[in-house]
Amino acid sequence: MQAAQIFSFHGGIHPEQNKAQSLQLPLGRPPLPNELILPLGQHIGQSSRPLVKIGDKVLKGQTIAMNNGFLSSFLHAPTSGTISAIEERLIAHPSGLSDLCIILTPDGQDEWTELTPLVDWKVGSKTDVLAYLSEMGIVGMGGAGFPTQVKLQGAHKHPLSHFIINAAECEPYITADDMLIREKTLELILGIEILQHLVEADQVVIGIEDNKPTAIAALNRLLDERNSTIKVAVVPTKYPSGGEKQLIQLLTNKEVPSGQHPADIGILCQNVGTCVAVHDAIYQGKPLISRFTTLTGDALKSPQNVEALLGTPIAHLLDYAESEQKKLHRLVMGGPMMGYTLDSAVVPIVKTSNCILAATKKELPTPAPEQACIRCGMCEQACPASLLPQQLLWFSKSQEHEKAEHYNLFDCIECGACSYVCPSSIPLVQYYRHSKSSIREAREANVKSDLAKQRFEARQARQEAEAAEKEAKRLARQKATTQKASDKAAPTKAATSATATPSAASTNDESKKLKIDLAIGKTKLKKLQKQLLAAQENEHLEEINALQQQATEQEKQVALLEEELAKVSTAAPSAAATPAPAKAPVSDELKKAKVDVALIGVKLKKLQKQLLENPDDNEIKTKIAGFEADLKAAQALLEKLGANGPATTVAKAAVSDELKKLKIDAAIAKAAVKKVEKALKKAEEIQAPEIDAIRQQLKEAQQRADNLEKTLANPAPAAPAAIASSPANADADKKRKIDLAVAKAGIKKAEKNIALLKEQGKDEAEIEASEWPKKLAEAQAKLATLETETNPSETATAPAASMTPANADADKKRKIDLAVAKAGIKKAEKNIALLKEQGKDDAEIEASEWPQKLAEAQAKLATLESQTNEPTAAPKIETKTSDEKPNLAEQIKKQKIAAALAKAQINKLTKRLENSVEGTPEEAESIQQEILAAQQKQQDAERLLAQLTHSQDNTQENR
Amino acid sequence: MLTVLLAVGILVALSLIFGAILGYANVRFHVEGDPIVDQIDALLPQTQCGQCGHPGCRPYAEAISNGEAINHCPPGGQVTIQALADLLDVEAVPLDGDHGTETAKRVAVIREDECIGCTKCIQACPVDAILGAAKQMHTVIADECTGCDLCVEPCPVDCIDMVEVGVTSRTWSWDKPQGIAATSLNIIATDRQTEAVH
Ligand code: SF4
Ligand code: SF4
Ligand code: SF4
Ligand code: SF4
Repeated sequence: MQAAQIFSFHGGIHPEQNKAQSLQLPLGRPPLPNELILPLGQHIGQSSRPLVKIGDKVLKGQTIAMNNGFLSSFLHAPTSGTISAIEERLIAHPSGLSDLCIILTPDGQDEWTELTPLVDWKVGSKTDVLAYLSEMGIVGMGGAGFPTQVKLQGAHKHPLSHFIINAAECEPYITADDMLIREKTLELILGIEILQHLVEADQVVIGIEDNKPTAIAALNRLLDERNSTIKVAVVPTKYPSGGEKQLIQLLTNKEVPSGQHPADIGILCQNVGTCVAVHDAIYQGKPLISRFTTLTGDALKSPQNVEALLGTPIAHLLDYAESEQKKLHRLVMGGPMMGYTLDSAVVPIVKTSNCILAATKKELPTPAPEQACIRCGMCEQACPASLLPQQLLWFSKSQEHEKAEHYNLFDCIECGACSYVCPSSIPLVQYYRHSKSSIREAREANVKSDLAKQRFEARQARQEAEAAEKEAKRLARQKATTQKASDKAAPTKAATSATATPSAASTNDESKKLKIDLAIGKTKLKKLQKQLLAAQENEHLEEINALQQQATEQEKQVALLEEELAKVSTAAPSAAATPAPAKAPVSDELKKAKVDVALIGVKLKKLQKQLLENPDDNEIKTKIAGFEADLKAAQALLEKLGANGPATTVAKAAVSDELKKLKIDAAIAKAAVKKVEKALKKAEEIQAPEIDAIRQQLKEAQQRADNLEKTLANPAPAAPAAIASSPANADADKKRKIDLAVAKAGIKKAEKNIALLKEQGKDEAEIEASEWPKKLAEAQAKLATLETETNPSETATAPAASMTPANADADKKRKIDLAVAKAGIKKAEKNIALLKEQGKDDAEIEASEWPQKLAEAQAKLATLESQTNEPTAAPKIETKTSDEKPNLAEQIKKQKIAAALAKAQINKLTKRLENSVEGTPEEAESIQQEILAAQQKQQDAERLLAQLTHSQDNTQENR
Repeated sequence: MLTVLLAVGILVALSLIFGAILGYANVRFHVEGDPIVDQIDALLPQTQCGQCGHPGCRPYAEAISNGEAINHCPPGGQVTIQALADLLDVEAVPLDGDHGTETAKRVAVIREDECIGCTKCIQACPVDAILGAAKQMHTVIADECTGCDLCVEPCPVDCIDMVEVGVTSRTWSWDKPQGIAATSLNIIATDRQTEAVH
């Protein structure tokens, strides 16, 4: 055995040893106390978890509490007995607070549980050995009670150069380790060997102060005997050489850097008590249930070392050591330097209790009152951790924790050397302890407040997200309802409303974007349309086709965009009301509406005539009233539609249709005027009371005729005549007409757009800035030139086309009547359909005037048709043939409409027939007849349609 | 004259150069958010109780940075006021009693057999420290509870108690020593006599 080299550490003090007292007597073995108090937290880390219930019988060495997490330990019954309570008891702690304890009432048998030593520790895995040590409840017995297996595991981080066994026991009065070495030398060596096997350090050194010669001798003897490589390093007595870092410095001259552990520099320290406990556990299977404790102090008659069971109340040990209550001034757990005062003697011995000092007043006098620091610097010289205690004191007093930390407050081992030497009797350590706990508390509070903040913010974020989601849902619902509402409103508005209802979502980005897209698309469409117009003017056929295709495509795109826009913006009827593809239907509708107006007007006149003939007929009067209302409605519709006007893209045929239609309208209106005039004359003759009403009618009719004429402008008077223009002129004429129509459509479109702009609330300047006024002017100019062109030719062709007036008049009248009847039916049907759409039930519909009107109109139609078919069949066909060429397209359309109408009527009648099965047989019969008639009509129409289409195809080919 | 112009020119050039450097540094080392508010917020206890009159600690931090008094936070107490005073370099003032008094740390405890499972307390808790569901028994996660009191009021059956968090041996901390003044009488004999007379 070689002598180990010894170094030294900074500072240190030499207080009175006072170790001899407790070594006078041999190791004492106090009797079993009445109860054992076993705190669940005898170590650093989480408290153990009890495994027993109150009333359980336990044997000596039985596990009564297990570890609770990584940094925790097991607890065992120190003797056999009954668990009498698990409750809060005062514990040995500087705070004097209580903690949860298992209370064991010994039965006096001291009966061991079955022991299972770990005999194969040398061959088994080290992890198993560590786990076994943990289950044996072994913790560091020198100071803080750090679970041994955790410390050993930590030692594997770096290869160990030194394994140091701390046997220095530098603190005055304490002799427990000294006694342990003397008593259990072999066990200690064996324990060290086990640990060395586990950690495999290069050197194993037992550090021991030179004030324990007996122990040193015993160790040396045994190590010599065993030829052990374990070295014994005898260090000079100086407080606090037993401090871990100080001992390391003494034996290795290495300093543990601030904030690091010995394991970080390859050194492991273990207390002698721990080594013995490891031996007991491995070789004997005995868990940690007892320890060597020094009972000392002048208040004890027989100070000595005892092997005390864990949980033995201190009072019991004091009794055993014959304490003298009168002399006892201060009861200290631990040594005089690092120990703390106990307020009560009922606290138990725990795994870390190495000494109980029952001091008299003389031994541990009340500390002298603190005085101001005189900056003598003695504390600095004494400090084994090379700190600046006076600085630390300053910062601690002023709560400047950051600065204190900066001066390495946490390197202070609380040895009390500075307090010991301080001439001003400043309890420096207490200040440091206070500062340390304040800092720790603040850190914990910080962690907690950070957590609270995190949770608070997470909650807020969650709530915001929820609110946003709700809001989004609400908006979506709102949108859906408005969408529905607008969907419902759409048919009633009949695509007329160009009103720019301010959209709620107009600020919406998406809708804005779509609008922009839409505007671009529309502009493109307009350009295409313009090009198309130009091409049409110049009759570039290929170009026309290509352009038309492009235009339709563009229209589609615009329609798509508009659809999207409608989806996005809840209220954008302005966009929906101006769709390009809607133009054709609009113009169709316009036509229909015009026909309606005209026909109703004519019908009205007729009825009025009838009224004149028998002025007392109330039925006729009510009918007149109904038709007047109809007329007004139809006119209103017409006006609205007129504002929307036909589009520029209308195909040639449609354009000419339009023109012809207008001409017919004009003619009808004129006829109406004539008739009303006639009626007026008659009425004047018989001085009927209705004369005023008729006059009014006349005015209205005239007005209408004027309007139509205006629309038609100059060609109006020639209109009916022009229908039958000579074939030679037909082409040129057609072209001109088309141009005219195009120009008119352009005007209408421009006007419409201007109107739209106005409706949208644009002011004059904006309208002026838009392209429309200019376009309008252009179109008007064009129209004027076209008209001057058209007029002469038309006037020229007019006489040629004239028919025999007698025939024509009668024919016309019949046709008109027929049309009127048809229109009436259509109207009534439409209205009924409308009512149905609006969700009115059948009763309501029945209550309205429409079903009645429908029936009337249908009846009339039937009669008229029977009239027309027979006597006027020839002239009708004649007219048709004469009209054929220029009018083909229109005819086709008309026939199509007629066929469709007839079909609809058939359907209707069939339905009625079904409904009236229970009704009178006569009714059913009449209905069936009607159906037959309608079918006939449909067939006629279809046949005619076929003819017309055929001839149209031919014409187109010719062209 | 030339020298004057030269000097002016050099100065202008220098100012432009340094201005560019400063501008670049401003962009390059730009600090997100309001650092002072963050610092103040870090000192506040994050109890989120609203006793300061703000809906949470951060709003109060913002208010402080805008000049509100630093003594409106009862949960933080004097320690927080001191810390704020140090940070903002203002005088530490005593806690404003209008906002409440400093109390020991408490946590909410639900008397669980009385809980009717109304979830009202969950909605009130600013840190989601209450566990429960509709018509189920509720309980407070003591570690997460900041002791803000906000859950007590909404409980329709008053089954929530605010319980002081006792000091255990693990949370206990050493007292600060008495200091010099309190004991100086004992060391001078004449002082001791005077004390006896009193
Ligand atoms: S108590 Fe701390 S500061 Fe004082 S001597 Fe010991 S280590 Fe140094
Ligand atoms: S020993 Fe005491 S008096 Fe001297 S410097 Fe240190 S604290 Fe001050
Ligand atoms: S009083 Fe204090 S803890 Fe409460 S919300 Fe205000 S700043 Fe936060
Ligand atoms: S449980 Fe109650 S006292 Fe605790 S944080 Fe939540 S609301 Fe505040």
